[in-house]
This record gives sequence, structure tokens and C-alpha cells, in this order.
Amino acid sequence: MPRLPVKKTYKLFIGGAFPRSESGRTYEAQEQNVALASRKDVRDAVQAARSGQPKWASATAYNRGQVLYRVAEMMEARLSEFAGLCSGKEEVERAIDRWVWYAGFADKLTQVLGSTNPVAGPYFNFTIPEPTGVVGIVAPDEPALLGLVSRIAPAITGGNAVVVLASETQPLAAIELAEVLATSDVPGGLVNILTGKRAELAPWLASHMDVNAIDLTGADGLRADLERAAADNVKRVVLGKPDTQSLYEISAFLELKTVWHPIGV
Amino acid sequence: MTDVEKRQDRSPVPTDWTYAPAPESTSILTIEERYGLYIGGEWQKAKEHFTTISPRDESPLAEVAQASEADVHDAVAAARTAFKTWSKLPGAERSKYMFRIARILAERAREFAVLESLNGGKPIKESRDVDLPLAAAHFFYYAGWADKLEYAFPNRTPQPLGVCGQIIPWNFPMLMLAWKIAPALAAGNSVVLKPAETTPLTALLFCDVLRQAGLPAGVVNIVTGDGSTGAALVDSDVDKIAFTGSTQVGKAIQRRLAGTEKKLTLELGGKAANIVFDDCAIDQTVEGIVNGIYFNQGHVCCAGSRLFVQESIYEPVIAKLKQRMATLRIGDPLDKNTDVGAINSREQLTRIEELVEAGKEEGAEIYQPPCRLPEQGYWFAPTVFTNVAQSARIAQEEIFGPVLSVLTFRTPEEAVEKANNTPYGLSAGVWTEKGSRILWMAERLRAGVVWANTFNRFDPTSPFGGYKESGFGREGGLHGMEPYLTFDAAETFGG
Repeated sequence: MPRLPVKKTYKLFIGGAFPRSESGRTYEAQEQNVALASRKDVRDAVQAARSGQPKWASATAYNRGQVLYRVAEMMEARLSEFAGLCSGKEEVERAIDRWVWYAGFADKLTQVLGSTNPVAGPYFNFTIPEPTGVVGIVAPDEPALLGLVSRIAPAITGGNAVVVLASETQPLAAIELAEVLATSDVPGGLVNILTGKRAELAPWLASHMDVNAIDLTGADGLRADLERAAADNVKRVVLGKPDTQSLYEISAFLELKTVWHPIGV
Repeated sequence: MTDVEKRQDRSPVPTDWTYAPAPESTSILTIEERYGLYIGGEWQKAKEHFTTISPRDESPLAEVAQASEADVHDAVAAARTAFKTWSKLPGAERSKYMFRIARILAERAREFAVLESLNGGKPIKESRDVDLPLAAAHFFYYAGWADKLEYAFPNRTPQPLGVCGQIIPWNFPMLMLAWKIAPALAAGNSVVLKPAETTPLTALLFCDVLRQAGLPAGVVNIVTGDGSTGAALVDSDVDKIAFTGSTQVGKAIQRRLAGTEKKLTLELGGKAANIVFDDCAIDQTVEGIVNGIYFNQGHVCCAGSRLFVQESIYEPVIAKLKQRMATLRIGDPLDKNTDVGAINSREQLTRIEELVEAGKEEGAEIYQPPCRLPEQGYWFAPTVFTNVAQSARIAQEEIFGPVLSVLTFRTPEEAVEKANNTPYGLSAGVWTEKGSRILWMAERLRAGVVWANTFNRFDPTSPFGGYKESGFGREGGLHGMEPYLTFDAAETFGG
């Protein structure tokens, strides 16, 4: 008699833990019951992101690079599982390579994006990039895994914490990714992943006063409303690409700080 | 006084420090009775006009056009036409036009400085020594980028955006004009600029600089008017809006552009923390505090309006600050001795007065040095509030006037916590002689500009702009080019 497989309960990923939605709701996607996150879950996730962000940003760039590389290692081990949740093996391989690419940028972006500025006076003046803080991501539906990784990786490489609204129709890769992150030395709260209805959750994320930037790559028809809501606290609005890797995908989530000091004896 | 005393210069200390008047002459200026709109390289007549005045005595200076929606439409159309040829011009040629503008501005700097002080109320020594030299320097700096963009953005293909709508404030009219127009032109864009309602005259004089420089018609268009003109510009067929002004209006613009393809940069309000540690160089620090809040009557978005003093040094700092405030000379903006000029408008004066009242009602202690304010015009004495609560309106809201709120702290951690407790994040100041503490503080302050042992310094090479609700995008430096370019072509690297 064939063995009955043990099925997974798909839950949310908030603050490094896997809670069910506080609303107790689920919906069916990709033939599984998936947690249907609520407005309260969005708020909890933002709070977790806010508390997780400073520690990540203050880790050394070398250390952040290593942690991001570790994500690639952990994904590689689950390659076949991921392959069943997206378009297949090739997409997973590209997603893994994307983590590796971003991992290598963690300790280089300051040199590429920063500057010392030759001001006309006796001052030392330099500009450095810094994380903007908490980033909300409305993830694209396609590609299910690579699109998700392409939005999360640049934001956290830059030192931000993120709250991700996973694809509504293909959320399983996101939860699988959460399990990878939970076992990859990524600090709890740095990446928070919610599954549910985009139209229900995205407005709360876009209008949240403790979110600094919002990535609307997967917002589709909701974009104008979400941008309007984002203006409440002058959020940075990022319209990224679902399948790209670039330094400028990182810099979209960065602030520039300029520091002056007099030169004298 | 005996002859011996005279020889030894032991004259008694004078009690009257009044300076003889030293007014800058306005004879250098020619102000037209009535101005039109500068569209397509020509002066176009407008249907409606309003009177622009001098805030120093409320005297009328000129009639200025109130641009309508149709006027704005014409200006954008002229800019659109000019863009076709201007954007195709080799960078080196664009660059030379801009160098010309920089040179002419420097040559005519005094004329501009006098007009700036007359129309805006800022002391002539500031418009003469800060605003105008920096404005000319800004054009000179960005002129050089026009043909070197491939070095600024390696591996990218920078392209101009098109027509840029630019809306600037009244606190640094010419400097903000330069911050906006210079990078836009260097990138190959054309411009429609709307000066602030209360300070249009230097922007209108700038049109004459454009004529002298021979800039092709329509590359820069100037439309004057009130907020409705600005709103028409935001809604018009532009490719980008660059706005400097209040956070409230900035949010309204961001909402208005939601869902459009127009690019946006915002440089908005601030409530900067100026943090004084007990190991600071105290006299230098007091100068920095004064410069931080009373420079340009406190009409500065990055003004150091929240002073945080470490408890252990609180008394001497406040004593010296009050002493120093008493020596500030308040009065005629055109007097070369004036430190604090006129408040820009009646509207702004009312806002300052309202917030100062709120400060008193909330229990803060007010100090204003004895000073005689002119009877006509808009004036407000330099003010400091002590015993201010974190939650007080004067500790939270931008006053945009010569009003300082003093708070205290004990530890560096507490200073950071309190300094960052604001929706704004434009600038911050740190005063300490300890180098490692400066860097520790600079790392933690959530602000786009951190001045350590100095304050209110600006330079064309130095990026400026805010965190949080102080806006997004940078002006100045290499980073200031980016908001005026598009890189949409092939942006994926490494596979």
C-alpha cells in the first residue's frame, strides 16, 4: 500500500515565525489552502520589519553578503521542491544565481554609489547610501519565484527590511522561500511574507505611516490608488521589473546622506 | 579722557552700539512697471496681474502676470518644441550656453542680490555673499556635466526626460532657480519654471540673462502666478515635476501624479535637530546655533530649529546664546549691517505668530532680545523657547521663521532617539570635539544632510535632499543629475 504523504500547512511568515492569519481565514491557491492575511497581519508584519531592520543595517556589509549567499546555498538544496512551484528548474536556477549576484554587491554598493564632494571651502564632505528603512513589496505574479526574488533581494541587499505581499494566484513559492530564509541566518523580521488578496492588503501597506517605500511591480490595476495612498507619508514609489538584476534596483531603495565637517587644526 | 588714556586706547566701553545706516543703493536696478510671461524666448502678455511688494515696507514694486492654465499650456508647448533641438545639441554646446549663464550671473550678481533682498526681505549680505555666488556656481558646476554624463553613469545610457515643470519657493528664489534649471539643462531637458508668488522678480530678471546668453528660445520658460499656476503646471503635459516647498503641497503633488508616467522629485519641509554635546567648542557652537536658525530669518527648510543641548552644558550654552542674540541687528534688508531681515510675507508672519502663541500656551518659556522692529513691513524678533516638551507644536511643526525650540538630553542614545522623533528628515547638526562620536551620530541621524561642527553650508558639488517626509531625490553633485535623466534602455547586467 502506497504511503500517504504528509501535507504542508501553508502559513504566513512574520518576525521569523510562521503564524496563521490572525483572522483565521484561508483561501485556495495552487490546490492548497493558503493563509488569507488580514489588515492586522499587515500591521504586525510592518512592526516586525521595523524592529528587525536596524540590526541588519548595522551588520557589516561583509556579513550581509555572507547571509545573502547563504540563502542561495539553502535554495540550491531545495531546487526540486521549488521547481514544482514555479515554471521549473531553469527559473529556480536563475533565482539562485540572482541571490549570489546580489550577495556580492552588499559590500560594494557604497563605493559605487557614494562620493566625496570637492566643496569650495575648508570642509571634508562625503555622501553615502543608506537603507530607506521598511519597504513594502507588492510582488508580481510572474515569474512566480524569480519575480519574488528579483524584488526582495535588491531591497534587503541595501539594508532594508521588507513586507512582501506574495502573488495571489501563485503563493506557494513565496512560502517555500520563507522556509529557506528562516534557515539561512536571515534575522527574524527582515523579510516578512504575507499571502492573501492583493486588493484587500495592498492599500493598507501603501498607506501605512511606518513604511518608507513601496514597490509596486506587481500592483497592476491598483497602481494609481496605491500611489495616492503612498503620498500620505511621502513614500518612495518603486516601479521595478519582475525579472532583472541591477545596482539600480538596489539604489531605488536607498537614501543618500551627505556629511560635512570643517578641516582645521 | 586724558591724553595718556587716549594713547593707550583705554576709552570707556561705549554703551550705544547702534551702527550708522549703510544702505545698499537700489540705483543699480531697473524694475519694469509690469511683467509678462517669458514663453518661447519672448515676453507674452497675460490677462491678469497681481502686485508684488517689498516685505520690508509693503511698498509695491511691480505688476506681475498671473499665468492661467492656457498660459501654462503655451509655455509647456514652447518647451516641447525647444526640446526637440536642445536635446539633440551636442553636450559640449549645451555646456557652453550654461557656462555663459554662470558668467553673466556672476557679472550681474549685485543687481540680482539687491533685487532679491528688495523683493524677498533677506539681508543684502546674505543675498550678496551666499545666494548669488552659489547660484552662479551651480550653473558653472552643472555646465561641466552636460558633455560628461557617460562618466557620471558608467554602463548606462542617460537620456533627457523631456519637459521639466519646476516649482520653487520664496526663501532662496535665485538659488532654487539655479538648483532646478542647471541640472535640467545639463541633461538636455527644457524647462517651465514657476517662481514663488511672493518673489517673482529675480526669476524675471533672469530671463534677461538668458537673452544675453543667447539660449535658444523655449528652452527655459518662466511663468509667474499663485498656487493655481503651479497646479496647472503639475497637471500639464510635462515629463517631470520638481518641487521645493512645504510637505503639505508636496504630498498634494505626489497624489496628483499618482498613476501617471511623470517623474517627481520633492524637496520639502524640515525640523532639524541641532545637537550640542558638553565637549563642544562652545563659542563656535553658539555661532552655529545662531547661523542654524536665524540665517535668512529662519526661512530655511533645513534650519536647525530644534536645539538639543546636553544637560551638563545647558546653562552656559543658553546664556551665551541669549547674549549673542542680543547683538543681532534686525532691520532693513538692504542695510549692509543687517543680520536678520524682513519676514517674507504677511501670510508667513501670521503663521509664525500663531505657532509662537501656541508655544507660550503649551508652557514653553520665551526669550526675545530687546530690539526695535521697523513699523512698516513684516518683522519678527529672533526668538528662543526653552522648557519645550517633545510633544509641543513648536517642537514638532515647521515654523519657518526665526524661532528656536530648545530641548535637552543626557546620553548620545537619547539625543538620537529624540532627534529622529519627527516625520521630517532633511538635515541635522552635531557639535562635539570627539571625532568618533561625530561619525557615530552621523550614522544614526535619519537626515539627508548632517553638518558636524558647522551648519547651513551649501555647495553645488554637495547632494542635498531629505529622508522621510522631507522628500525624495537629491539636488547638487553628481547625484543631482540622476533625477533629470532616464535610463530605461537595457538595464540588466550580469545575465
